[in-house]
Amino acid sequence: MDKRVTFRGWLLPAALVLPQLAVTAVFFFYPAGQAVWQSLFIPDPFGLKSQFVGTGNFEFLLNDPFYRASFVTTAVFSSLVTLVSMGVALWLAVLADRLIKSSGTYRTLLIWPYAVAPAVAGVLWLFMFSTRVGLVAWYLGLLGYEWNHVLNGEEAMALVVIASSWGRISYNFLFFLAGLQAIPRSVIEAAAIDGARFWKRFWTIVFPLLSPTTFFLLVVNVVYAFFETFGVIHTITSGGPQQATTILVYKVYADGFVGQDQGSSAAQSVILLVVVGLLTIIQFKYIERKVHY
Amino acid sequence: MATITLDNVHKKFGDTEVIHGVSIEIAEGEFIVIVGPSGCGKSTLLRMVAGLETVTAGEVRIAGARVNETEPMDRDIAMVFQNYALYPHMSVFDNMAYGLKIARVPQPEIRDRVAAAAEMLQLEAFLNRKPRELSGGQRQRVAMGRAIVRKPKAFLFDEPLSNLDAKLRVQMRLEIKDLQKELGITSLYVTHDQVEAMTLADRMIVMNEGVAEQVGRPLDVYSNPGTEFVAGFIGSPATNFLSAEAVGESGRGAAKLGIRPEHARLCKPESGFVRGRMTYAEALGAETLLHLRLPDGALFTLRQDGGGSIPHEGDDCGIIWEERNQLLFLPDGGRL
Ligand SMILES: Nc1ncnc2c1ncn2[C@@H]1O[C@H](COP(=O)(O)OP(=O)(O)OP(=O)(O)O)[C@@H](O)[C@H]1O
Ligand SMILES: [Mg+2]
Repeated sequence: MDKRVTFRGWLLPAALVLPQLAVTAVFFFYPAGQAVWQSLFIPDPFGLKSQFVGTGNFEFLLNDPFYRASFVTTAVFSSLVTLVSMGVALWLAVLADRLIKSSGTYRTLLIWPYAVAPAVAGVLWLFMFSTRVGLVAWYLGLLGYEWNHVLNGEEAMALVVIASSWGRISYNFLFFLAGLQAIPRSVIEAAAIDGARFWKRFWTIVFPLLSPTTFFLLVVNVVYAFFETFGVIHTITSGGPQQATTILVYKVYADGFVGQDQGSSAAQSVILLVVVGLLTIIQFKYIERKVHY
Repeated sequence: MATITLDNVHKKFGDTEVIHGVSIEIAEGEFIVIVGPSGCGKSTLLRMVAGLETVTAGEVRIAGARVNETEPMDRDIAMVFQNYALYPHMSVFDNMAYGLKIARVPQPEIRDRVAAAAEMLQLEAFLNRKPRELSGGQRQRVAMGRAIVRKPKAFLFDEPLSNLDAKLRVQMRLEIKDLQKELGITSLYVTHDQVEAMTLADRMIVMNEGVAEQVGRPLDVYSNPGTEFVAGFIGSPATNFLSAEAVGESGRGAAKLGIRPEHARLCKPESGFVRGRMTYAEALGAETLLHLRLPDGALFTLRQDGGGSIPHEGDDCGIIWEERNQLLFLPDGGRL
């Protein structure tokens, strides 16, 4: 039933996909190729010569306890960001879906955080939680809780998770709301007449029918948490304290640009690429199958 | 099984009132059809009984108990929607079992009840399919099955057959009637199709613009319409309306005279109550519909047996009827 446009020749279709292919080639394949190439060398300290080491960089990384710790950190961080940003967004969308009248206003207000760049969001949250001048930190202090994400690794993690999830909630909210509104009202009404109350309906009807949206957001948010949260980490914690918030993508930067270990940094990029690729494949293979109805 | 009572029920959406006080007492096991043109408030009325719309004023009672404030899930009714509203991610079995599972009916009993319903509706072969793998008629049956397994106090139907083709519609109409008779469950059925209304109803409510114009048994409503609207809406081809003056019947204040197509006969031009010029004839075999143009330009439809002689196009004819068959209406549409 899908409508397909059929082209007669190959020239026009080729011309139409060319710009996209060119962009992908210049900004993805070329740097990716470079990363793979560089990951096979160790440059000397002055950057004048490089020595071919084969898989040496990779072997070193996989035996490096710091690098392994960063893997765990990334797993914790991206699970939390995905869970928080999707969970809160779904909650808000369910509430907004019940209010049909003024949902436009809510939608507008809720979409604003998405327009804020991650680094700026990072600074905002940093101010609010700043140990010395932060409003939230001050209130927490009044409640008898001493907030100090500069020293406490768990607090630092909590803060970067909040800051990273915040802007994302808007994005997820829009998709969830659209997904909810696409569910035929009569199906919900039929369930109500069948005796299902709100939460029962939510878990047995709404959530399953929303699963294509949820799946899509899952993939997108995991990729986001892996890559696009760099700005947040960089502005708030710079990966600290004691590497408690050094996620893989931040380590690529820290080792490559700060530590000037370009071979290792390139190898890390390659690993990161493979990990995300694998994750996406797994998600599509195993979760997508359960999503269709 | 239960009685349903509507007691002067009103419904407003914002400032517009769409139901202006409808009352009816429905007996246990009775099949009531709500019929009326599009937008007259049939679905709204039904949805108020279901609990899907609030009642602005008046009272809805099920089995004698006021249910205005009762949630749909606590009313113990079942509803069949126009688009069936099946759960797309569940199998046919699960669709039918859903309400039973929520009511915590034991597993073996669920299986038995679904199996019994599936047998009644010839759905046994499809129990493991998803709704999207079914035809329209099969989906309709699943929706019916979902309603009957629960053994509710009442069935509510909102135009359940309007998405089916003509042949299937006739077949399902008979099946619904059979099922309802067999189960004896009080039913409220909404349709805009007067054939469905005539054939299914024990009693029907003819609605117009949020008002119940007439409540009664189908044949009573047909032969004795209470208002001009009912006379025009029930019956196909529709009742012919003439100005009472033109036929010399304006004496007692009547404004219009209605005569059903089957009650009029042709005669010589000079001996008819009115005169008409033959415009065209539809010979349907068993019967023939004759359409005549009256002097004031209106069309008059007349039904005669298939064997009768058909006048030629352009012939002048007289139209006559027995006086006891004529329906006289007041200027406000009421019956004289
Ligand atoms: N949620 C609503 N908000 C405002 N007006 C409504 C709403 N639902 C229905 N109406 C109005 O109420 C009137 C009756 O609608 P209803 O759906 O009951 O008609 P119906 O008789 O079922 O028509 P149909 O045969 O086309 O289904 C219509 O004028 C409709 O515009
Ligand atoms: Mg309707």
